[in-house]
Amino acid sequence: MRKLLPAALACVLVASACGTSAGDGTTTLNVFAAASLTEAFGALEKQFEAQHEGVDVRLNLAGSSQLASQINEGAPADVFASANEKNMDKVMDAGGVEGRPQTFATNQLTIAVAPGNPKGVEGFADLAREDLTVVVCAAQVPCGAATEEVERATGVTLAPASEEQDVKAVLNKVRLGEADAGLVYVTDVTSAGDKVDSVDFPESERAINEYPIAALSSAGEPELARQFRDLVLGEVGRKELTRVGFGAP
Amino acid sequence: MTLRAEMKLSRGSFSLSVALDVPEGTVLAVLGPNGSGKSTLLGCLAGLLVPDDGVVTLGERTLTRSPRLQVQPHDRGVGLLAQDALLFPHLSVVDNVAFAPRSRGASRAESRAVARRWLSEVDAAGLADRRPAQLSGGQAQRVAIARALAGEPDLLLLDEPLAALDVDAAPAIRGLLRRVLRSPGNRRATVLVTHDPLDALALADHVVVLDGGRVVERGATGEVLSAPRTPFTARIAGLNLVAGTAEEQGLRLAGGGLISGIPSPDVVAGEPAVAVFAPGSVAVYPASELPEGSPRNTVAAVVGALEPHGPVVRLRTVDGDGWAEGLSADLTPAAVAELALEPGTPIRLAVKATAVTIQPAFGK
Amino acid sequence: MLWIPAGLALALVVLPVVGLLARTDYARLPELLTSGASLNALRLSLVTAVLSTVLCVLLGVPLAVVLARSRSRGVRVLRAVVLLPLVLPPVVGGLALLFLLGRNGFLGYLLDVTAGVRIPFTTTAVVIAQTFVAMPFLVVSLEGALRGAGDRYERVAATLGARPWTVFRRVTVPLLLPALGSGAVLSFARALGEFGATITFAGSLEGVTRTLPLEVYNQAEADVDSAVALALLLIVVAVVVIAVARPRALEGRP
Repeated sequence: MRKLLPAALACVLVASACGTSAGDGTTTLNVFAAASLTEAFGALEKQFEAQHEGVDVRLNLAGSSQLASQINEGAPADVFASANEKNMDKVMDAGGVEGRPQTFATNQLTIAVAPGNPKGVEGFADLAREDLTVVVCAAQVPCGAATEEVERATGVTLAPASEEQDVKAVLNKVRLGEADAGLVYVTDVTSAGDKVDSVDFPESERAINEYPIAALSSAGEPELARQFRDLVLGEVGRKELTRVGFGAP
Repeated sequence: MTLRAEMKLSRGSFSLSVALDVPEGTVLAVLGPNGSGKSTLLGCLAGLLVPDDGVVTLGERTLTRSPRLQVQPHDRGVGLLAQDALLFPHLSVVDNVAFAPRSRGASRAESRAVARRWLSEVDAAGLADRRPAQLSGGQAQRVAIARALAGEPDLLLLDEPLAALDVDAAPAIRGLLRRVLRSPGNRRATVLVTHDPLDALALADHVVVLDGGRVVERGATGEVLSAPRTPFTARIAGLNLVAGTAEEQGLRLAGGGLISGIPSPDVVAGEPAVAVFAPGSVAVYPASELPEGSPRNTVAAVVGALEPHGPVVRLRTVDGDGWAEGLSADLTPAAVAELALEPGTPIRLAVKATAVTIQPAFGK
Repeated sequence: MLWIPAGLALALVVLPVVGLLARTDYARLPELLTSGASLNALRLSLVTAVLSTVLCVLLGVPLAVVLARSRSRGVRVLRAVVLLPLVLPPVVGGLALLFLLGRNGFLGYLLDVTAGVRIPFTTTAVVIAQTFVAMPFLVVSLEGALRGAGDRYERVAATLGARPWTVFRRVTVPLLLPALGSGAVLSFARALGEFGATITFAGSLEGVTRTLPLEVYNQAEADVDSAVALALLLIVVAVVVIAVARPRALEGRP
């Protein structure tokens, strides 16, 4: 017992740490992608697997900054698709990127409101209205940074009820009816279906969010990583991304 | 206050059905083995249990008239002293005793004064500032007695008050209870629940014997204990009692004889007392034989009756020299046959002095 | 033989904290900790955790007494319900609170329409969320103590003429003090670390609803060093509270 326990523990640790190639001949490709890419990358995963026999694409979907930290801490990753350049830069500064990252999509802000827009929100300036409960992203996350940029560009200062940690949280507050309006990305409203309506505003052009993608230098499968990146950058990728609301670079 | 109670209560397979009267200033002992319903009876009197049916009155006040009226424990004027002292561990001794007067609305200073008076009443004035954790079992029970009395209850309930004390502490607390229960002029009714006939003997005017929730026997303490009318009482409480005056080595009889025995610590020489010994400790000899050996009390007697008592035969005497009247002795059936005992046979009884205790006499 | 699992258990608790200490940027520590946002979060956390601990005590003590003393059958179900916040993911707890007290929740709607009071996005919401998740800790530790002690002292107190309220105040509560102390410390610690229910129910706004754990999460997005520094602060506060209050509560027989 005295010797068995640490040995068993070590096995568990090793097994979870070294898993690029499974024993049965399939190859695993680890793709780290921003949470907002869930739907588009899910479709691309299937297409890629159909084209590459014996390849299992594993999507790790989370906030871009979390993903960047994980990659820099040595998590096994082949491809990184970030929701902003800042987090891609973090990985690049650490020497984790192979070649130069390329922009594959853009996203911009829109105002999410309850279905039918009962409060009659018409544009960004309306969000300063006192009768509205407005929720935005915290400045530390990309959507919050974009919000600040729009505020600066328009000279409209918001007094939000809450600065949420991510776009989904903002969207949820609108969906639950706790907030009258929330600043989110166009793609988020698309994926929410008919639970929310959106009010577009021209000033969102001032803060276009660019999504970069890169194969990683630590990739266990560098060739497959490049192929996946190219799929995203190519026509197939373009089509899927447009379908869920992303703009072209 | 006189207590009158008539109560019926069922809990599962157990049922209690009891009627009792306790005149003011007297003590009633409730004797019975475990599970006979003694604690349930006390719970009903204290108001902690509600009888299914029954009436309890204390003096002019009705405490229970099932099912409509049930006076709450705190309004009953009832004091409870349990086997464990149950002193509140977070209060000092004096504040424990002051608890009842304080609950009645007396000021802190007043109730402490009352508490100190009761503490000196139970010879525990020196313990006033201690914490309960610093007391011995006997000291704690002393303080608990003071605490129960400080509420000046009209009805005092004692639930096996000596059972948890070690043999050295019990006689002193029994003596203290005798003193406070017998203090002249008190108008309290007291109910003492016990399984020990000696407690009943030392403290109670009357006894009821409970078995399976029913009263199987009741009467004056001396009569019930020395001449039980039911085999059940005889088994749990049958004792030989001989009255006289306490002396240093034993009991001086009215006729001048002496029974050697061990005086209980609360007995006072020159005061009325009783010699107590169990039927099992009485040896029976043919009338002609004189037993020799370690000091014994011997007396001539005549067999009155022989009754089977489970595995033994209990012999009762009818006549003889001085104190031999109405004594009980337990023998095996083989011994009865060997000695050819039958009613009318003259015999000689012997009791070892160490089997005899001298207790303070019951009664006023 | 016990020392192997005991050592593993200790390692599991201590090593992550050691990792945190190792990664702390001590040179920037003072600057990170004294930033306006950090101080606001610390102040808010202390105020709300104290308030919710007080609420836990005021409401939890009577609840524990009822649960421990009542003999009715429904109480068994109630006891399970009270433990619910322990097993519920805090985010779900936050959602549940929203469904009750949110603008569309049945009680929240009533409050909004009748009194014009809105709970979400306020400091009140933070206190409610913390009380919700911390209350079971207090109730469980108290109920255990109450059951252990039984009601013998209360019965004696009643026969000494004390009314139920007096019994509760002068006997039940003082006897409970040690358990109350440790229960309150546990509740405070849980309230201090509360994250999921707060961010779901109360949102996150500096000075109003962004407590220390929320600020840690917020900072982790942008500046890991700052998040680590704040986490360290949270640990120090928790350790100080536990070290100062717990031994006294556990050993201090009144």
